Amino acid sequence: MGETAEKIEADILVIGGGPAGCWAAWNAAANGASVVLIDKGYVGTSGATAAGNTTTIYTRRGTAERAATVGQRVRLGHGFTEAERVERVLDRTLENLDLLAKWGYDFPSYEDGRPYRGMLRGPDYLRFMRQKLIKARVKVIDHCPVEQLLVSDGAVAGAVARFRRSGETLEIRSGAVVIATGGCAFLSGALGTHNLTGDGYLMAAEAGAVLSGMEFSAQYGISPAYSSVTKGVVYFWGTFSDEQGNVLTAPGDRQSVVASELIRGPVYAILDKASPRLQEGFRRGQPNIFVPFDRMGIDPFKERFPITLRHEGTVRGTGGLKIDHRSTTTVPGLFAAGDAATRQGMSGASTGGGGPNSSWAMATGSWAGEDAASYVRSLGANWRAREARTTNQRKTPSSPPSSDDLNSVVAQTKQQILPLDGGYFRNQESLSKASSILSDLWDDEAWRSGDRAKVREAEALIATSRWATESALLRKESRGLQRRTDFPDPNPLLARSIDSGGTDDIWASFQPQQKMSAAS
Amino acid sequence: MIEIVSEDRCVKCDLCVDACPDNVFDAVPDSAPVIARQSDCQTCFLCELFCPTDALYVSPLSEAIEGSTETDLIAKGVMGSFRREMGWKNAKPRGTAGDMSYRIFETGTITP
Ligand SMILES: Cc1cc2nc3c(=O)[nH]c(=O)nc-3n(C[C@H](O)[C@H](O)[C@H](O)COP(=O)(O)OP(=O)(O)OC[C@H]3O[C@@H](n4cnc5c(N)ncnc54)[C@H](O)[C@@H]3O)c2cc1C
Ligand code: SF4
Ligand code: SF4
Repeated sequence: MGETAEKIEADILVIGGGPAGCWAAWNAAANGASVVLIDKGYVGTSGATAAGNTTTIYTRRGTAERAATVGQRVRLGHGFTEAERVERVLDRTLENLDLLAKWGYDFPSYEDGRPYRGMLRGPDYLRFMRQKLIKARVKVIDHCPVEQLLVSDGAVAGAVARFRRSGETLEIRSGAVVIATGGCAFLSGALGTHNLTGDGYLMAAEAGAVLSGMEFSAQYGISPAYSSVTKGVVYFWGTFSDEQGNVLTAPGDRQSVVASELIRGPVYAILDKASPRLQEGFRRGQPNIFVPFDRMGIDPFKERFPITLRHEGTVRGTGGLKIDHRSTTTVPGLFAAGDAATRQGMSGASTGGGGPNSSWAMATGSWAGEDAASYVRSLGANWRAREARTTNQRKTPSSPPSSDDLNSVVAQTKQQILPLDGGYFRNQESLSKASSILSDLWDDEAWRSGDRAKVREAEALIATSRWATESALLRKESRGLQRRTDFPDPNPLLARSIDSGGTDDIWASFQPQQKMSAAS
Repeated sequence: MIEIVSEDRCVKCDLCVDACPDNVFDAVPDSAPVIARQSDCQTCFLCELFCPTDALYVSPLSEAIEGSTETDLIAKGVMGSFRREMGWKNAKPRGTAGDMSYRIFETGTITP
């Protein structure tokens, strides 16, 4: 574990300062707990929301609008969406959005003057939350990735982090820990995902936590070919074409049509179906969509531009740490929220992009903060005296550090997950091959001697890839984001979730039939 | 990727050093920050929002170097363009009230 330069203590440690972590920290503090919020990057700019902007869902239970959203979720969930869970998430989202308005967040209005609360601009929203947390006496620590959890007698008791700049470690002892480290996008270059390498999954799994729904992580977002900006919403008003200009009209969802064609050659898009009124709406709402176009001198509403698909993994896909009906994981003292938690009960086998995800982050973050606070109260004052041990028992090898080795391990891991042929469309052969390569990479010790922070990220990437691959191997059917070319149809008998876990010995298994809100 | 820290415009406040989520910059005493880890840049443009003097330029190319010069970029009017469109000023958010994103949903093409 190296030298511990600094030790601190708090009732609750929240790891990750995206929306899920911010709401967890605020609710924990509001329930009387002392709170440390720690981030690998900077609370306010790090993570998918900060860079992305998010549509969110502002609807009231019992209205037609709410029914439309819930109905859509159930339909797209392919058998996994629990309607009542969606209702509860959206109830809490409405409450939180109203709270933001009460706090003075400068929401826009419709042209008729009614307030519009369905959009949160990432950097504005998170900067606002950061200020709110500091006022609520939450201790915010930036640029300090957490590397592993501490446990005491089977319960989580804190974590060890390392400052990015000094390389010194920081030990945080706490009564409970909230994992809000976001999803894993496998370093695909999708917008805002560079810090999202699955670290929270790995540290939780080392402490014995279980994951779920990892086979539903093959979510890809469209971006201009040269750009990071995977803002998919504009493409609903787009036309796709191949190199020669032939319009792509094959049946199926637009993403799969683009994916199939990209395997053959370049694909282009033009946003020719957006009315001038909508064009203005996009420009005045989502400036980040247009930065790449404006700086390249392209008018996307009038000219074709090349596009690509970038992996968004569990950031917009489904899998993550298994939780109960709120945010409690399978390990005492450990809570999970946002993309770090499995979203299967909300988005089922599909992406929750475009509203559900940001709502999920708000609601589960809030629940995690509240439930962590009551858990710590139930521990009494005794948690401070607990003996704690680290959960990553692996020794750093003594071989000379080589960044070449480390870079090559990361590149090989990405190669098993990112390509459309194998990642987007998978089959027994591609998945088995990936499984054995990933297992060899994990078992190899030599590359682990390099920079600690980068080694931990690489380990998290490999572990996350392995849970996703083993779960995808087990699910011999196609359903939502799981697209098996050898089993192209859904199998009604397999409408059951797959749990996974382990680090040295990876496992995945079907769970007993659960109550579903709709058949697939 | 981040390509330019303008020596002329930079007032050495080091806000970008802190605000960059990927720890791309290093602060330099009495000088403009340097781009120390360019390959870690995630092309999120957010450092531009925090810069009070529009001294930073993030190229839209996320995997290649654009190589434009500061003079070209100033002539094209793109230094600080993202900050202006977002309505930020002096590292402070302003401008969410003018968001017209509701138009995305008014035709019923998509449901959030
Ligand atoms: C381009 C894009 C657009 C999107 N648009 C929408 C939308 O319109 N509507 C919608 O509902 N959803 C949208 N999403 C999804 C949405 O952004 C996410 O679901 C949401 O950000 C999840 O919040 P989170 O707090 O769980 O994770 P994040 O916001 O990703 O935050 C996770 C945080 O954890 C930190 N972290 C990671 N590892 C560590 C570690 N080891 N130690 C400490 N900290 C760590 C990261 O630095 C980061 O700050 C979009 C996603 C993308 C990529
Ligand atoms: S674009 Fe984003 S990642 Fe790159 S330097 Fe600026 S803030 Fe950092
Ligand atoms: S934010 Fe702008 S002015 Fe401040 S140090 Fe960075 S480049 Fe210079």
